[in-house]
Amino acid sequence: MSRSVLLKTFGVLIVGALIFLPLTLNRYGIYIMSLWAIMTIAAMGLNLTLGYAGQVSLAQGAFVGLGAYTVAIMMSAGFGFWLPLLIAIVITFAVGWLLGYPALRVQHHYLAFVTLAFSTLVFLVFRNEEWLTKGIYGIMGFKRPSAFGVSFQKPIEFYYFTLGALALASAFMAWLVRSPWGRAFVALRENPVRALSLGVDTRRYTLMAFAIGSAMGGFSGALYAPLVEFVDPTPFTLALSLNLLMMVIVGGSGFFFGPFLGAAIGVLLPEWLRFAHGWYLTIYALFVMILLIKTPTGILGIIENMIAARKTRAASAARAAASAGLDKV
Amino acid sequence: MMNFINLILSGLATGAIYALVAIGFTLLWQTSQTINFAQGEFVMVPAFFVLAALNLGMPLPIALLVGLALSMLVLGVLFKNLLVDPMLRHGVLPLAICTMALSIFLKETVKEVYSAEASPFPSFLPEGNLIVFGATISIQSVSIFVFAICAVLALQAFLARTSTGRQMQATAQNPYVAKLLGVPVKRMIMYTFLINAALVALASFLISPVYLAKFSAGETLGLAAFIAAIVGGFNQIRGAIVGGLLLGIVDNLAAAYISTQYRGAVPLFLLIAVILFRPQGLMGRAEERTV
Repeated sequence: MSRSVLLKTFGVLIVGALIFLPLTLNRYGIYIMSLWAIMTIAAMGLNLTLGYAGQVSLAQGAFVGLGAYTVAIMMSAGFGFWLPLLIAIVITFAVGWLLGYPALRVQHHYLAFVTLAFSTLVFLVFRNEEWLTKGIYGIMGFKRPSAFGVSFQKPIEFYYFTLGALALASAFMAWLVRSPWGRAFVALRENPVRALSLGVDTRRYTLMAFAIGSAMGGFSGALYAPLVEFVDPTPFTLALSLNLLMMVIVGGSGFFFGPFLGAAIGVLLPEWLRFAHGWYLTIYALFVMILLIKTPTGILGIIENMIAARKTRAASAARAAASAGLDKV
Repeated sequence: MMNFINLILSGLATGAIYALVAIGFTLLWQTSQTINFAQGEFVMVPAFFVLAALNLGMPLPIALLVGLALSMLVLGVLFKNLLVDPMLRHGVLPLAICTMALSIFLKETVKEVYSAEASPFPSFLPEGNLIVFGATISIQSVSIFVFAICAVLALQAFLARTSTGRQMQATAQNPYVAKLLGVPVKRMIMYTFLINAALVALASFLISPVYLAKFSAGETLGLAAFIAAIVGGFNQIRGAIVGGLLLGIVDNLAAAYISTQYRGAVPLFLLIAVILFRPQGLMGRAEERTV
């Protein structure tokens, strides 16, 4: 009882901070918080593919890039924001579905390499197909969206826009993982053979896990383009995919709030480590390695273990007390 | 035609280096289920050990030996004891992700400690051109190829002919039975890590004079080694050699005849095709749970 009250208070505090804290921040601080919201959406998608369905993907960064490019190209052609957003989601969903096919044949590290190859190929296309993507010069000159007569032009306005998108994505995820689909994904991760024998269509769910996870990457990219207002190939190298993967792992893969925490660390840690200058990536990588050695389930995994250990202790204390009482009788 | 021969030759030279790196990669996988995503950075680092030793005023041969020794210590012993051993109980995937973090760590550390710029690296092999039947042939390419292939053959002979080598093979094939037969499994696994460290150091000393020593040099090399290992067959040393040479040649020919822009894409298509249609690799045997 008291724990759930505690959790609720904590949740209200976090949401309150997300809404009111940016009002006190400068332009750059608001940008960082918007970036956090956007990266959280991409990491949530990867968490679905990796954490819930157990399929390794090193291509999430490529999907963010696909989403960003779709929106940037279509907005420059004068399509507004909403139609390109929809198209970005549809495209990444379809490409993610196709990328899921190798996952039906190969697993684990082989899948990691296929997705790695895919993400490198996508980067090459962004860089080389100048007629479409303007190559290394990048695309600029598109505007941030507006809806129902409200413009999201200013940084703070656009931040609330991304926060709204994050809320929407979270609600969708929360619904998805509780739905029969979410349970089928977990069954797929835990024991694919058993899932199949219980009548779960593992083929379809593997493809779905990829497609939905990738579409969330595309959604996140579609928000990234208007945030930065400039799209070029550099952010979408393999490094972004690796970063997103580490965000999911550090936060705790397979935990609903893992990506939120992981993205916060992945986006904010470089800012906190600003005093360390060029060393921050070294420190971050060291941190990730030590964390993984301590526990492969990430920070939320540590917290869960602590709670479980406490429950066990409480239970054994209760048992001891009960048996002591029995002895007296 | 002359151009073609030179392309094949330099392809064989880089391919032989890919093979060295890929062999180390497969050895680690065989004996301790380690997918080393930092293998490319492992090739980049020894060159900087040597550069540091040279900066201290050591002559090149001594500096190379120091580089080799430091690689075996850091990339062999420390890598195994500090990272692989504690991670292995968590499973293959967490270990693989941990090596991704290691690759960032190595790259960024070298960048901060040494330099973000590419540094020239002295070659210990003869340079210049040789004219055979009117064709100009780079001596460096030929000597790299010969040197790397000799190293591979020596390793093959060690694994097949010596008692230690056979014990290592037994460990790779079935550690439990090997242990029952009295093979010191733990020591054999350590030997594998040392051999991998020596191989990457050798690859580093061979390739750095050609492509310069740079903190980011490992990115393409690591990817090439993965591809070579998978294309050839993950569980076979022979496979890594075939995969490495094939990749070196394909890479060079693609750059010359298809498109320089999409040069990087050709090996990737090769990789995807092999994984989808022949996941055990061109030379490999099928493993039970890879598909």
